[in-house]
Amino acid sequence: MTAVLVRRIIRLLVVVAGVSLVTFSILQVSGDPVALMMPEAPESDRVVLRERMGFNDPLLVQFGRFLGDSVRGEFGQSFYHRVPALDLVLERMPTTLLLTVLAMGLAVAISLPVGIVSAIRRNSALDQAATVGVFLGQSMPVFWTGIMLMLLFAVQWRLLPVSGWESWAAVILPALTLGTFSTPLLLRIVRSSMLDVINLDYVRTARAKGLSEWLVICRHALRNAALPLVTVAGLQFGLLLGGAVITETVFAVPGVGRLIVDAIRQLDFPVVQAAVFFLAMIVVTANFLVDMLYIVLNPQIRIR
Amino acid sequence: MAIRTLPTADGVDLAAGRGRGAERSRAWRKLTRNPLALLGGVILAVVIGAAVAAPWVAPHDPAKQTLIRRFTPPVWAAGGHASHLLGTDQVGRDILSRMIHGARISLIVGVLAVVVSVIVGVSLGLLSGFRGGRVDVVIMTIVDITLSFPQLLLALAFVAALGPSLVTIIVVLGLTGWERYARVVRAEVLALREKDFVEAARAMGVSATRVLFRHLLPNTFSSIIVLSTLQVAQAILQEAALSFLGVGSGRAYPTWGQMIALGRDFVSVAWWLPTFPGLAILLTVLAINLVGDRLRDALDPRTT
Repeated sequence: MTAVLVRRIIRLLVVVAGVSLVTFSILQVSGDPVALMMPEAPESDRVVLRERMGFNDPLLVQFGRFLGDSVRGEFGQSFYHRVPALDLVLERMPTTLLLTVLAMGLAVAISLPVGIVSAIRRNSALDQAATVGVFLGQSMPVFWTGIMLMLLFAVQWRLLPVSGWESWAAVILPALTLGTFSTPLLLRIVRSSMLDVINLDYVRTARAKGLSEWLVICRHALRNAALPLVTVAGLQFGLLLGGAVITETVFAVPGVGRLIVDAIRQLDFPVVQAAVFFLAMIVVTANFLVDMLYIVLNPQIRIR
Repeated sequence: MAIRTLPTADGVDLAAGRGRGAERSRAWRKLTRNPLALLGGVILAVVIGAAVAAPWVAPHDPAKQTLIRRFTPPVWAAGGHASHLLGTDQVGRDILSRMIHGARISLIVGVLAVVVSVIVGVSLGLLSGFRGGRVDVVIMTIVDITLSFPQLLLALAFVAALGPSLVTIIVVLGLTGWERYARVVRAEVLALREKDFVEAARAMGVSATRVLFRHLLPNTFSSIIVLSTLQVAQAILQEAALSFLGVGSGRAYPTWGQMIALGRDFVSVAWWLPTFPGLAILLTVLAINLVGDRLRDALDPRTT
């Protein structure tokens, strides 16, 4: 088990370095960063700045410096706001986290019961309705879902604010939008992982013992379906963050997603890099934790 | 299926060919018998037809502004005009004509991005599975790194850094979506590598390249077809999202995502602006998903 752990940690470090390299290259492919920083300055000033910021060093040296800086959270000053880029990201993070957690909570609350019943009563009316729902949900662009909800609840019925994040009423539509985006994914996973275990011998044995259906599902089936569920849910986390970026733009939610989109419009690359790196680190951490959980929960790996 | 593992190389080619032929006609029958898949096919044919024949079937020039007719509602609503079936936008451009032209961008990006992904993913997957060892470790680490980023975020950052254009979008979406092919192809090659027919071919002195392209690659085709069909739907959604976020293929040609982004600004005065382009995306993606899902059922022996 220690060997597995060590291997995973080495892989984690390599992945972090790789993520850093990809983030580093965002600024590199954008052309001349100094021209972005001081668009009106004469060439003589740019030469000085280029030298001072080390843009004339070999790429490998520049990357080494970026790698060292990025793991310490140093991404430089925002071209636009003139404050450290990571501070901007961290300031907006709670908003994005709240949105994601609410959406995930909604998705779990819908997909867990519906997915379980769908799997048990296969081809029932509910199962078929759920399948149709999954197909529709997966085919809807998330920004369009948001605008349609806005059209109904804010414009037509005037029940909720059109955009913003100031009151709890304003939080409802963005959370609902991101929730509808993640529910179909989760529902599919719940249903298929339940289907995988539901006809296995031990579930049949539990039934044969005369346990109530409820107990069979919760104690025996769900517990064993949970492992693939957690794994896939962890892997989908990046998708959820991508959805959050779009949802925040639709409803003018002041989160990290909105920050990135604004930074991209202003060609404010330190902020883009800081945000991309930070969100990738969240995904990496989530995947690593899922990996660890897998090692702890799966006896086949534990023995090795 | 057992017929595929005949021990002579000649027999293998023949049997594998015959097996695939029979499998294909069975798959075709299953596909066409399913009403939903058929519906998807019909919708898809209409969208493709509209895209190809756009200049001839669109009732108006998509770029022509008629300010006097701006914000004309759809024909069935009060104030609608017979010459603008789905209404006009804030500068009096015909929505339906713009949607018909927009289908071109969606389909071109969707298909070509997937072609890029397939080429990169399948080659790396074949290499990884066939060579194994260090090559495998390196390629799988790259896959791990790619999976650490929210895909949309990565695409957003790179399209913005490289400068938005149709080619940039295709390449970036292609290069951020290949890892699934690499993983699937690698897994299949690993499983097939030990099969008798591959060993037989090798024992007969068939070269490694020939084994790879003649015996291993064809056996991964059905997985690739299913994956790529479903990924076209994803790529269309992503292109729409990039357009919506303002890093699309430019203002010169209408795209569905860009139409929805404009519509968001006028959501309280003209509900038809964001609604119809969104429906176009929904129907197109749904159609592809329906066809792709049936294709999976038809081609994957495990689910039958």
